[in-house]
This record gives sequence, C-alpha cells and structure tokens, in this order.
Amino acid sequence: MAIDSATRPREPDLTPPARDALVADGVTKSFRAQKQDRRAVDGVSLRVARGEIYGLLGANGSGKSTLIRMFSTLLVPDAGRVSVFGLDVRDDELAVKRLINRVSVEASFFKKLSAMENLVYAGRLYGVAPEDARSKSRAILRRLGIAEGRVDEPLEKLSRGMQQKVAIARAFITAPTLLLLDEPTTGLDIRSKREVQAFVRDLRLEHDATILLTTHDLDEAERLADRIGILHEGRLVAEGTTDELRARYGASALEDVFMTATGKRLDDADLTEATRR
Amino acid sequence: MIAQAGLAYAFVEREIALSKRYWAWEVVWVVYGIVTSLSVTYIGLAAPAISGGQVDQAAISRFVLYLLVGTIAWRFLGIIFDNISEVIAWERWEGTIEYTFMSPVPRLTHLLGMCVATLVRAAVFSVVTLAAVALFVPVDLSHASVLSAIVLLGVGVLAFVGLGVASAIFPLMWPEKGLQMSYIVQAVVLLVSGVYYPIDVLPGWLQALSTISPATYVIRGMRSALMDGADLAALWPEVWPALLVGILSIPLGLRLFVAVERYAKQTGRLKRSG
Repeated sequence: MAIDSATRPREPDLTPPARDALVADGVTKSFRAQKQDRRAVDGVSLRVARGEIYGLLGANGSGKSTLIRMFSTLLVPDAGRVSVFGLDVRDDELAVKRLINRVSVEASFFKKLSAMENLVYAGRLYGVAPEDARSKSRAILRRLGIAEGRVDEPLEKLSRGMQQKVAIARAFITAPTLLLLDEPTTGLDIRSKREVQAFVRDLRLEHDATILLTTHDLDEAERLADRIGILHEGRLVAEGTTDELRARYGASALEDVFMTATGKRLDDADLTEATRR
Repeated sequence: MIAQAGLAYAFVEREIALSKRYWAWEVVWVVYGIVTSLSVTYIGLAAPAISGGQVDQAAISRFVLYLLVGTIAWRFLGIIFDNISEVIAWERWEGTIEYTFMSPVPRLTHLLGMCVATLVRAAVFSVVTLAAVALFVPVDLSHASVLSAIVLLGVGVLAFVGLGVASAIFPLMWPEKGLQMSYIVQAVVLLVSGVYYPIDVLPGWLQALSTISPATYVIRGMRSALMDGADLAALWPEVWPALLVGILSIPLGLRLFVAVERYAKQTGRLKRSG
C-alpha cells in the first residue's frame, strides 16, 4: 500500500554517514529503591544497522523501557556507552535528539488540546513548519484510519487506540532517522494493532528510518523485526534473526526460543514480574 | 537566533492554546485574583472602623492605594513565580515531561518560551484585576509616575524569573514533594517582602530576609512611583538591588536547573510519574 507523498521526507539527508544507527556497548543501569540497588540493565551490548527493524523482546521488568529511555537521552547509563549514528548520547545530546523520536507505551499528550494542536506543537519542537506538520499529520492519520473530523477534538475524547495512532503520527511527522517504539501496540485492539504494524512496515520500506521496537508480543516481533534480541532480567540473552534463533535453540516457534533462552514462558515471566512488584 | 525564537514560540503557542482549553480555570483564577485584591483593599477603606479612631479621607485613600499596589504587584510577580516554578510539575501532571525533554530544544530556549508565555499571562491577569478593582474602589493615581512603576515591574520580572527557574528544580529532585517546596519559598517571600505592610513591623531576623527578597524593593519602589510620583533617579536605591538579584539569579537558576536535570537523568527522576 502506497504512502501519501506528504509523509515522505523531502528534507536533505543530514544523517551522519554511520553504518550503525544505534550502538549500545556494555550499558548498565541500576536504580535505588528501598535502600537497595536494583540492576535494571546489566551490560547490554547491541548494534542496530541503518534501515533495520530490531525487535527487543522481553517480559515486563526485563529492562526494555530502561534501555529505550537511555537511547532517548532521558536516562544516563551508569556504565557503558550509547551512540546514535556515531554520536554519543551524552556528549552530543542535542544532535542525537534531532535524529530520534519515540513512541511510548503511554501516549503522552496535552489531553485538553486536539490531536492537531498537539501535532503542530510537536512539529514546532522539531523545526517542522505548522503547515507541513498539518499536511503530514492529516496524511498519516488518514492512513491509520482516523477520520478527518476527529483531528480537532481534544485528545482526551479519543480512544486509547486512537491516541496511540496520534502518537505514532507525532513521531513520523518529524521524520526521525531512528525511531524508538516502546511497546507501541500494547493495549490496542487487534485491528488497530494490525494497522499500526502495517504502517511501521510500510514506512520502513518508503522512509529511510531505522526502528527499534520493544514488545512482549512474540507475534509482533516476528512480523516486524529483521532481528530480535531477547532481554531477560536486564541482560541480552539471545540475538539473531528469527530463523537463526530457531536454529540455534532447536525450536520451531519463537515462544520456544524465549523459553529456552530465559527458562520461562513469556506469560509466566510477566506474571512473575507482576508478583515481584 | 530565528530558529531558536521559533522553538521558543512553540511553548508560547502551546500555553495560549491550553489557556483556551482550560478557560474555566482561567476564569476561576481571574475571579479569585479580583476578589482577594478587593478584600485586601477594603481593609484600607475600613481603617477607621477597625482602628476605632479618626482617620482623614486623604490618609484612607493613601492606605487604600498602599494596599492596592501591594496586592496587584504581588499578584503579577506571584503568577510569574508560580508558572515558572511549575514548569516541571505541570508537564509531569499532563504526562508530557519525557516528550518535552527528549525534544531537540535547548533548555534555555524552552525556559525562555515559558517565561514569555508567563509574562503575557501575568500582564493580562494583573490589568484585568486592576481594572475590576478600580470599578469598586476609588483609585487616585493622579501623582503616579507610571513609567517608573513599569520599569520596576520589569526589574521584578527578571528577579522572579530567576527565582522561579531555581525553584522549578524542586519537583525535578523530589517528584512527590517538590512542588510544595516551591510554594513554601513563595510564601516566605510574601511574608518578608512588605507586600501588605512595611517591613519595619517584622522581627529583626525576618527583616534580614527582606533584604534578599527582590519583591521588597520592587513593591516599595512601586509605591513610591505610584503614590508619590518618584522618578527613576529617586528610585535607583530600589532598582539596583532587585536588578542585582535578577542578574545573579537568572544565570544561577539556569545552571542549577541544567545540573539538576542531569541529576534527574542519572537517578531516573525524569519520568512522567512521581
């Protein structure tokens, strides 16, 4: 399915000519809670090539969101180094911010403002002129199945699924070269989930974007990701294409790979984490 | 420079749009401001009844103007302090803090945009309050030097922007209790700055605090300008201390903010939930 021309990047490519879009090297992060340090991310090293969709699979509490927050400059690693297109996220923070955008599991908007007001505001923050932001937003939202008449309604009146689609539109109007999708389809109904997944796939084809996707949806990881990393208790315990992982673990399904690599079923791991919290 | 102005304008436009959407709350704040200012001003009109003595009309008018200048100036400066010190808390409440802080906007530009939006808001609120109070209470500004008063308010804005930015770090450091801390700072400034009374009535140790509050100089100077028509030369002893606080507190507040933002990123406090 073709994407409206308004969604295609027209700006000159200012991305540094690095082969790797994202490099994490020995990244570690601990948080102090109840007078104890809890290691959320433990020496994670990974590389995401330019144009790749990398799926980070893990149960709740496995460290996925902490990693994404470090990649998006919101959190500083205790140890290790993160670079985006060769730029260090600490030393070149502002330059990195210009290259990335993020969709988080909770759509964060000014709830009283309309979808369009939120999108124009977001565009301004990234130097996108309001007219461009409006036309790009309309095209993306149309593509995601949001009726024209709803874009001027306050965000709080839209369903969670619609809000998440607006969050995705917000990320794409800024034409990020590295897009961090942190469980973007969690809580969406099947149809919305499929629409978002198709949109992500199409955009990768027509837009020179690299995507890091975190999910605990095995099916989603398999559908979208070129390579998958499995994160368990803050450590990257397995990495490869779906076929490589299946072959390495002698498994027929990704679920079996996850179970062999982590010693737990994904649902059980989520349950264990929820109980621990 | 133009690009930075465009980025800063994003925050001004956003705040104006939010004011429109939260219009009912804006009405509440305007009415609240008018009512509190009127209540304070009526204390002046009731001076003879309260004191039980004879007070001539000129003295009553002067007392009314004394209180009115204090309440309007404090309202103006208070809005600036409130809005800027709530920069973090407000974004956290809306759930947008992570998005705003990962956008490619230099912190100085972000805060500058918020300051401009706040200034517009404070000016509109104060003018509306003054106009409304003037409908109820006779206000004699025949001797006023309006220019001097505006210059003093301008100096006050600088000082309160610096204090507001410095106080905005509390919610960044302590997500759950930080905002209350900035309210305490504001309350102490109100107590020691002679907003409704001369600072001479305060105990000595509180008078010491008055000397470091920019509001002390701004409000005292505004009274001289609006009640006695003092010109800028005569007001210099009030202008320079407040200006000094502004010159020192803005860069200091910014440095503090940036340092605490870094600390928040190290400790995981830069997140939407408190």
